[in-house]
Amino acid sequence: MTNLKPVDVVIIGGGWTGLAMAKELVSRTSLNVLALERGAPRGLADYAMDMDELDYNIRLRMMQNIAEETVTHRHSPRDSAVPVRQYGSFHPGTGVGGAGEHWTGMCFRFLPDVFTLRSHLTEKHGAARLPADLAVRDWGVTYDELEPHYWNAERMMGVSGKAGNLRGKLIDGGNIFESPRMHEYPTPPLKHSYASHLFEEATRKLGYHPYPTPAANLSENYTNPDGVSRVACAYCGYCSRFGCMIGAKAQPTNTLMPVLHKHKSFQLRTGSWVRRIVHENGRATGVQFTDANGEEFFQPAETVILASFTLNNNRLLYLSKIGTPYDPATGKGTLGRHLTHQVEGGIRIFFDKPMNLFMGAGSLGSRISDFDGDNGLTGPDGLLRYGMLSLNGNGDLPIGAFGAIPPEASKSNWGAEWKAASLQWHDRVAQLNMYGEHMSYRQNYIDLDPTYTDKFGDSLLRFTLDWTEHEHKQRDFAYDLAAKIAPAMGAKIDSRRPSRARYNVINYQSTHIQGGVTMGTSPETSVVNRYLQHWDVPNLWVIGASSFPQTASGNPTLTVLAVTYWAADAMIDKYLKHPGRLA
Amino acid sequence: MRRREFLTIPASALGGTLLYTLAREPFRLQAQDGNVKVPLRFFNAREARVIAAACERIFPSDATGPGAKEAGVVIYIDRQLAGPYGADKYRYTKGPFVESVPEHGYQAKENPGETYRAGIAKLGANFDELPVAEQIQKLQSMEKTHFFQLLRTHTIEGMFSDPMHGGNVGLIGWQLVGYPGPRMSYREDVDQHFGTEWRPKPASLEQIMRRPGKPWEDEKT
Repeated sequence: MTNLKPVDVVIIGGGWTGLAMAKELVSRTSLNVLALERGAPRGLADYAMDMDELDYNIRLRMMQNIAEETVTHRHSPRDSAVPVRQYGSFHPGTGVGGAGEHWTGMCFRFLPDVFTLRSHLTEKHGAARLPADLAVRDWGVTYDELEPHYWNAERMMGVSGKAGNLRGKLIDGGNIFESPRMHEYPTPPLKHSYASHLFEEATRKLGYHPYPTPAANLSENYTNPDGVSRVACAYCGYCSRFGCMIGAKAQPTNTLMPVLHKHKSFQLRTGSWVRRIVHENGRATGVQFTDANGEEFFQPAETVILASFTLNNNRLLYLSKIGTPYDPATGKGTLGRHLTHQVEGGIRIFFDKPMNLFMGAGSLGSRISDFDGDNGLTGPDGLLRYGMLSLNGNGDLPIGAFGAIPPEASKSNWGAEWKAASLQWHDRVAQLNMYGEHMSYRQNYIDLDPTYTDKFGDSLLRFTLDWTEHEHKQRDFAYDLAAKIAPAMGAKIDSRRPSRARYNVINYQSTHIQGGVTMGTSPETSVVNRYLQHWDVPNLWVIGASSFPQTASGNPTLTVLAVTYWAADAMIDKYLKHPGRLA
Repeated sequence: MRRREFLTIPASALGGTLLYTLAREPFRLQAQDGNVKVPLRFFNAREARVIAAACERIFPSDATGPGAKEAGVVIYIDRQLAGPYGADKYRYTKGPFVESVPEHGYQAKENPGETYRAGIAKLGANFDELPVAEQIQKLQSMEKTHFFQLLRTHTIEGMFSDPMHGGNVGLIGWQLVGYPGPRMSYREDVDQHFGTEWRPKPASLEQIMRRPGKPWEDEKT
């Protein structure tokens, strides 16, 4: 093992959170900062030739190589886990920018009550009426504290949208149910596609309040406060699972890297796979990593920031033996608890006219939040929280789009009858998507698998995760809502109601795996404090959606960034001046 | 090194022009009899004919338009199986291999290449010479198998993926569904053409970018 020259701060992970922390540190302090990214360097020049559905959307060429590392899954502690052998219900990214390169770009602020969910539900329903296995918690940080950081993240990316609640004033055409904003969005909403236009008209007619999905895909050319300029989205349809070939979608490589490149105090080392955080006597002393040639290094550092994806944030703490593993039988321990995976589901609707669905942008679309959080829910039927329903126009690609037919249209899913039906219905289908809150439960958690290992022989993570009755109720609610909206759009809903199937690792759901290294106000129930500083190791900070005690309905990236800026302020303004435990 | 195998197909059976799919590999157009000989990477000629026939049953060429035969789907599958995908270079393949619940997906050890070889043995070496009704019957009896599910998925992929992967010859699949291919911009069109079919003329990635793509199957394994 080679010992490297010490640095002030070492950051594990070169995605949104790692690079955002780096950018704050090098622009506001004189510290030298090294980011270690296990994947390859990449950027704009790599992306134009990637407009290939097969290699990128289906074979998932931008994702982590699952042959090297995966997770195992079981539905309950009574089962034995098996590895997720191919992706999958989620798609972890790799390389510079991480999953922030191939994301879709949806940018939601969470509702204020998501941050205080335990208090909110207890107050509303009484503790006795909440499910016994419910594990939701207050975050320890509030929406009001995060509001300025949300705004910083939106300005950094140039989020396109329309405010619906500006300092308490409700504005028609925006999301009137959103958390109050201090500022209008940096750029106006994206254009509508035919399908999202129909959704908007129909939901308005039904008395709901549709609004354009807030998007990190720019609606117009934009220069952010750091002086980084990007061009407007071209609606090419190659967005999710692709890097943007013109840089219209905000990605770490086109927003943060241009700033970081200018700082001599910042260094990024790719092909560097961190295997352990080294610590003694309650202090991290640095990290141990293996480079692409298999050579091992020790990188000493004053401060360690663990800022990789939820999975690796959990795994590195487990492998490094930092913190107390959660035990669902006793409820004791903190590391690995509160595993959640945002509840999503698509409901097909069929039209008798063409939609030209090949045009689109990742976050193009219209949605309603009339039932977000617990708006409009009464509670007695057991549905405590729902979420949003949307129509997304992200651009249909031909392999994935083929064969979306009403179930009655063909007995078989191959052969002449199926082919004829698939051609008849091609481009005459759209999808209504639910975005549901996934509350945390005692039995859903992460630990290390006793059997399976990664390419180095280190244990894989093990997920114990299944849906509960509440998530099935959410999906039923979404279907009933969609059944009202489809006819108002001139469409016919797919006759199949949501199945009450168990969690499966096969069908893509979202890459919004959250929890395990949750934040909170007590070391008895959380791994990091409200500033994302590790309770047991004060010079270790763990940044990302791993810190969320439950998921909101909306996709997490914007909140992940807001919380990152919140943590950066605490680190720079408080911790670095007086190193020690902040809370 | 195995003997070089070729799939011989009448040029008239492949859709449109042959240029996109075949330019990537040396090939000889047999001018005298109008056949093309496509060099195979994974299958032997006999296996290729069996798979081509099975794909044609899944996505038949009929009155509704061209199918797997014209799109050269078997060429696509041959290249996929010879590349990193066919050898499971990007699947988690550490043991122990145990059977699990359906929610955990395919858990067995065999890679796609091995699955095809076993599947071809089940179809029989002269599957392509059976009457169509018998071919259909045989496939129906295998519908639930992992092999059939791969074959069905790959057939659709071969119909509609960029021609650099070997299928969708002459953009025949994209023409069939009116997909224009990758394009730099729809900025002026995305909010137009409401309710009416708009079908720009298709072009491949190479035609748009004016340089050849780098399909993953060409990666050395």
